[in-house]
Amino acid sequence: MFAYLIKRLIQMVLVLWVVSVIVFLMMSFTGDPVFMVVPIDATDAEIAQARRLLGLDQSLLVQYWKFLTSLLQGDFGRSYVFRQPAMTLILERMPATVEMVLVAMALAIAVAIPLGVYAGANPESRISRFIMAGSLLGISLPGFWVGMVLIYLFAVHWGVFPSSGRGDTAELWGIRISLLTWDGWHHIVLPAVTLSLGTMAIILRMTRAGMMEVGRQDFMKFARAKGATRSDVLYKHGLKNALIPVVTIFGLQLGDLIAFATITETIFSWPGMGKLLIDSIYRADRPVIVVYLMLVAFIFVVINFIVDIVYTMIDPRITLK
Amino acid sequence: MRDDSKTPLLAVRDLHTYFHTFAGTVKAVNGVSFEIGQGEVMGLVGESGGGKSVVGFSILGLIDSPGRIEAGEILLHGQDLVTAGEARLREIRGREISMVFQDPMTSLNPLHSVGRQMDEVLRLHSDLDAGARQKACVEMLESVGISRAAERLKAYPHQFSGGMRQRVVIAIAMLAGPRLIIADEPTTALDVTIQSQILKLMRRQIAETGASMILITHDLAVVSEMADHITVLYCGNVVERGRTRDLIANPAHPYTRGLIDSIPDTTHRQDRLRQIPGSVPDIRNLPRGCNFRDRCPRAQTLCAEQEPALTQQHGSLWAACHFPLAPGETA
Amino acid sequence: MTTFLRSEFFHNYTRSSSAIIGSALMAFFVLAVLVGPFLVAQNPYDIASLNLMDSYKPPVWVAGGDAQFPLGTDGQGRDVWASILYGARISLFIGVVAMVASCTIGTVLGLIAGFYGGIADSIIMRIADIQLSFPSILIALFLMSAVGTGVDKVLIALTAVGWVVYARTVRGSTLSEIEKEYVQAAKVAGLPNHKIIRKHVLPNVLTPLIVIATIQVGTFVLIEASLSFLGVGVPITQPSLGLLIKNGFDVLFSGLWWTSVFPGVAIMMLVFGINLFGDFLRDELNPRLK
Repeated sequence: MFAYLIKRLIQMVLVLWVVSVIVFLMMSFTGDPVFMVVPIDATDAEIAQARRLLGLDQSLLVQYWKFLTSLLQGDFGRSYVFRQPAMTLILERMPATVEMVLVAMALAIAVAIPLGVYAGANPESRISRFIMAGSLLGISLPGFWVGMVLIYLFAVHWGVFPSSGRGDTAELWGIRISLLTWDGWHHIVLPAVTLSLGTMAIILRMTRAGMMEVGRQDFMKFARAKGATRSDVLYKHGLKNALIPVVTIFGLQLGDLIAFATITETIFSWPGMGKLLIDSIYRADRPVIVVYLMLVAFIFVVINFIVDIVYTMIDPRITLK
Repeated sequence: MRDDSKTPLLAVRDLHTYFHTFAGTVKAVNGVSFEIGQGEVMGLVGESGGGKSVVGFSILGLIDSPGRIEAGEILLHGQDLVTAGEARLREIRGREISMVFQDPMTSLNPLHSVGRQMDEVLRLHSDLDAGARQKACVEMLESVGISRAAERLKAYPHQFSGGMRQRVVIAIAMLAGPRLIIADEPTTALDVTIQSQILKLMRRQIAETGASMILITHDLAVVSEMADHITVLYCGNVVERGRTRDLIANPAHPYTRGLIDSIPDTTHRQDRLRQIPGSVPDIRNLPRGCNFRDRCPRAQTLCAEQEPALTQQHGSLWAACHFPLAPGETA
Repeated sequence: MTTFLRSEFFHNYTRSSSAIIGSALMAFFVLAVLVGPFLVAQNPYDIASLNLMDSYKPPVWVAGGDAQFPLGTDGQGRDVWASILYGARISLFIGVVAMVASCTIGTVLGLIAGFYGGIADSIIMRIADIQLSFPSILIALFLMSAVGTGVDKVLIALTAVGWVVYARTVRGSTLSEIEKEYVQAAKVAGLPNHKIIRKHVLPNVLTPLIVIATIQVGTFVLIEASLSFLGVGVPITQPSLGLLIKNGFDVLFSGLWWTSVFPGVAIMMLVFGINLFGDFLRDELNPRLK
């Protein structure tokens, strides 16, 4: 167990290091950020000085070394636009994104697993075919377009839900959370539904496939030969086995939700870190983009680690190696 | 209550189980009849694809769509299981009739502990409290030859070897004290050395509890050691049945003769292993007449025209053949 | 041809309503992007053919609609239906070209990794692993933010995202293929590696790619639409379906829904068709599920 943790830790650091190299290189090839910090009418001398100040006059290797050492020292750079530490900017906006992602994931699971189990247990039924067609539609829809249609119908046309913002928030341990106020819930409905559709469809299809696969297994028939009811066999013996593949994609799906949150936040003007990323891309605010990517990479690596641990708890055949 | 010497424990009468697929109707079981008395072991023999397993699943009412029992009776103590409701069948499964599957690697749920899978049977079929159930499980595991049973209850199937898993499966099958065990190729997936241990174990369990057993296998050598009676299936039909001694020594049906000849004989030297030529015909569209005629050395024109009925032969044997073998005659 | 018509594949196709609907939708779009622009009177990118007097006309069945513009017009008096036909052309072009590029690069890398193993295998597969742990849309978004907008840039970003799945699949089937006797025999016979790969390995690893490639076109259309919606995809001069939606989004709050809703319906129908047909192919070509 201890050896496993050490091994995983080394792997995680390695992945983050590779990501830092890629992010750094890509960013170095994009437009010259010096023009983001100097005034329009700056003289050549001023530009050169700004460049020196930002360290952009040195070789790539030196720049990367400085980039890496400052990352390791917890100095993640300052936003060119906001003139604030980039990490602070992102961390301020992270709770908004996290709560939207969590609500979307909870919604996706709550809808997808029961429907997927039903469709997998009754593959021939009319309702199952309807569910499956719906789920295929779910992965064929552009998420941002769904958001727009929802805004048009529920905000513009009927006026039952707000189209933008987080609404009132309440503070808990210094973090502002919308889910603690009724107004916050009112605001999160449309974005969370929009965000959840794709993941919902994928989890549903995985659950159904898992149920159908497990339905063919001998142990299901053996359980029935013991005298268990059909539903007991399906839910007590089948479901857990069927959900193993779903757990393996859970981490990726959470990652997808964080990624697609950038688009959903943009549509619904949700003040999260995804919208900050898109705004920063428009403004070429390089430090913010870099910190966002490093932070998100870190989150993904941690999620994958947690998923692996959960996996071993569900499946006794898997041991941590 | 009932006079067990008169009513057989289980009587299967003219059972037809068909599978309706896109490619046509598979008549997996097509008019099978047999009886098993209390404490008897009956071998159900035939090549793979001969409908043996389907007979087993039909008895337990575990035929799933697109399969269906089309006709026939399955009488347990005189009560018909074909027309019995699902609730009654659930009472019977595991308690009066239980089943041992072919592959012990796949017949246990990999995510549940062995104890939990054993306990399930007692929760379904007894009023025992948790402590008593655990005690019963430990005793049963010990009686199938698993040491440190109390500890092993917490283990998961993957922590057991194939032979040990089959012992667990047998323990589960015996737990509620069934009157009939249906063992579907219980040793086929196991190592040769383990096979005889498992067979010995099953024989002892049956002798101790007085239960009956249907032993489904393609291996005549196994049934000849275990069974009192043998029923031979070919293409969903009974082609021969009778006492084990008579049937092995002097089979009347050429198919049975072929099966016996293909057993590797360790006592006599043989030039080569004999095999039945050809293979089982496509069961979806069987021709008129005897299904075995294309592979039969004794086939004549009559065999293509008329399906042979099961008729009494020498000794205890009944065979469905127009030109049966006399005692001592070879095919 | 007659053997195809009699094959099991064709038989199952005629029995599967989803396969027929899926391929009909795909055929409709292929036809629409090939001949559609010749069927509409207006070229939406020819300024001369636009009339500002026609701006923001609703669809024909809504009060104030104009039969000349069945799905209404946008702020420049551009016919939404014509815009969709031209936009679908760009969307589908990007999806198909990026798929072909991904498939080619991924297959070559997968063959190298699977056939030669060693350090090349480790490097290719480590990169693939790391890339797979990040959502495609995020990688594409990041690349676009680095290289700037343009159809060619979108193609690069999608290819960079899309090769991994082919590389992994091809590597896997190559590994199992080179274990087989006929490849071993060819090796012993002294056939050069590139010939073994081309003659023996490649034909046997391609089948599973058909399903991946089909579905990937749909995925790419969606990713491209998302990028363009965010303003980091195609330029305003070559509006794909995604960019049409973005332009429509700006006037959605004034109740002018048709400029954004209809391009979205077009994307949905196109991708839905591809996914329906892809599902059918998966069931047909995967013998394990049969």
